[in-house]
Amino acid sequence: MTPDETATPDETATPDETFTPEDTATPDDTADTAQCPVVELVDVHRSFPGPPEVHAVRGVHLRIEKGEYISIIGPSGSGKSTLLHLLGLLDRPTAGQYLLDGMDVAQMSEGRRSGMRGGRIGFVFQAFHLLSSRSVLDNVMLAMVYQHVARKERRIRATEALERVGLAARLDFSPSSLSGGERQRVAIARALVARPSLLLADEPTGNLDQTNAIGVMDLFDDLHRSGITIAVITHDEQVSARAQRRVRITDGELVSE
Amino acid sequence: MSLTDRSADTDTLVEWSPDPDVKSHRSRMRLIDLIDESVLGISVKPSRLILTIMGTVVGIAALVATLGLGQTAAGQITQRFDAAAATRIVVQPNNPAGAQEQGVGVSLPWDAADRVLRINGVAAAGTYSKVDTGPDKVSGVSLNDPSGANLLDIPVIAASPGLMDAESGIVTDGRFFDAGHNERGDRVVVLGARAAVKLAINRVDSRPSIFIGETAFAVIGIFDDVVRRDDLLDSVVIPNHTAELIFGLQAPQELDIRTAVGAAQQVGIQAPTAVSPNRPESIKANVPPAPGKLGGNVIGDVNALFLAFGAVALVVGGLGIANVTLLSVMERTGEIGLRRALGARRRHIAGQFLLESMITGLVGGLIGATLGVAAVVGVSATRDWTPILDLQIALLAPILGSVIGLLAGAYPAIKAATIEPITALRRAG
Repeated sequence: MTPDETATPDETATPDETFTPEDTATPDDTADTAQCPVVELVDVHRSFPGPPEVHAVRGVHLRIEKGEYISIIGPSGSGKSTLLHLLGLLDRPTAGQYLLDGMDVAQMSEGRRSGMRGGRIGFVFQAFHLLSSRSVLDNVMLAMVYQHVARKERRIRATEALERVGLAARLDFSPSSLSGGERQRVAIARALVARPSLLLADEPTGNLDQTNAIGVMDLFDDLHRSGITIAVITHDEQVSARAQRRVRITDGELVSE
Repeated sequence: MSLTDRSADTDTLVEWSPDPDVKSHRSRMRLIDLIDESVLGISVKPSRLILTIMGTVVGIAALVATLGLGQTAAGQITQRFDAAAATRIVVQPNNPAGAQEQGVGVSLPWDAADRVLRINGVAAAGTYSKVDTGPDKVSGVSLNDPSGANLLDIPVIAASPGLMDAESGIVTDGRFFDAGHNERGDRVVVLGARAAVKLAINRVDSRPSIFIGETAFAVIGIFDDVVRRDDLLDSVVIPNHTAELIFGLQAPQELDIRTAVGAAQQVGIQAPTAVSPNRPESIKANVPPAPGKLGGNVIGDVNALFLAFGAVALVVGGLGIANVTLLSVMERTGEIGLRRALGARRRHIAGQFLLESMITGLVGGLIGATLGVAAVVGVSATRDWTPILDLQIALLAPILGSVIGLLAGAYPAIKAATIEPITALRRAG
């Protein structure tokens, strides 16, 4: 939940807000991220006020090192989605510390969390979430609209990212003309294009048939080999098995396998 | 920022290392991107856009057309007024009641017309005097019949030669008398068109005559189409000097002046001095009201109803935009969640929907203004009017549309901004 962010209409009058020095002047920024893990959760709790109060995540410790490929597996109701939202900065922990690239994001303002979310987390969703009215290329470029990326550069980067996921020939296609596997590749390209620190995938094969699912998992292996940090959240043992390291979540608690 | 220099780690990471200078900024969105996203957003469903803007289009079109037609009609009145009356001045002696009869009043000089012609801006001038013919009546034939069957009650007017030009009359047959006729006191007469019909004279090449009393006058012309003194058409017109000799006309009674366009006010000030340099205050010049004093109030009341209709249509249009934008927010929760996940802040989401509804209103305003202007031009064309429309109205109309869109978008935008990305992303889409 993000109760501290208020949205008033006049706030929207200046979408092109200027960058202020305070944005960078936090102590976290001085941390040498070359040596710190991408993700470090320290005793993170997340409970939802009741009644009855639901303690979805309890005392989770998790380190994801740079270049790691980790899977978080758990049945539905295990707190897996809550963990995903916490990792993806879509939610704040009720207690505990979350360091992303060495920066304490749990205490950050919502504005900066939005910046971190867009810049350092690349989401891949089960339902793809592509805009059907836009071309494949435009969908990927959308990921840079809220970032500090020049318009000219967006096209170059998006084309690069689509080439990387093997869709160089589909740039001007509509997502609706693509197969499920191809759509998920577009979504992966979109997640990669902002050059995130962490690729966060939520049931990436949930809407795919076996063949397409394997294709997507192969792509994840490729990305992993090229040094990208990946966290896949799934209930599927087969998907989970592809990861370098597996973590199981049960009743809000993490157990390494 | 000494954030990340991950290229040092391994070579494979170079391509995908984060840009160290920007990654901990707040998200930000360039205005051009916001406009881009908004335009793309509303252009997804063009048919819906058309339905959405309908109310605004009708409202703006009604407002523009009403205001435009009001201005056009007012302009039309002013124009006719200008053409017919705004160049006409009548100069009269300014005598107190009864002064003339007591012989103490002033009168116009015989050469009053020539005097005012020297004023810059006077196009034509001529005197006009009703002639008291006593018991003598106008008749088409010599008065032999004591029963008086042929007597016609046709007024006799004495004029200077310039009157016809001053009245913009058209001589349809023959000619008007000239200075020579006047000086010699020739017994010539020019007939008004309706007087000619009464006298059964329709052409002058057969040298017809009429009689006033027992005096014969040669008819030398027939005229029609005078602009102001319509009674001239029912009259017979004789030269001033002739009237003086035969009927004892004392002095011209009125002086008609036709001025150049726009000169009436000035000529009106100068004419009394020109006519009577010694006693200008004794001469009165009747000047038409300055252009623009008329017209303004004429149309006002008629418009109120149409303006009210336009206002109602605009309110309905605004509600329509609000409704559709709200619907669009509900339909696009997935997209909103995605945008938040891609780093959009609440204000970016709100801004986008606000701008979408504003652009919708702007498009409606533009189309409405276009239709309104077209209606003004169309109606003017069928009526042979000159279309007049304040440019500001044409420009303000789209702005009004935008403002309506902006107001209509406020609630949906707030709604959109409060959508939680978590719930939005769980939905399929």
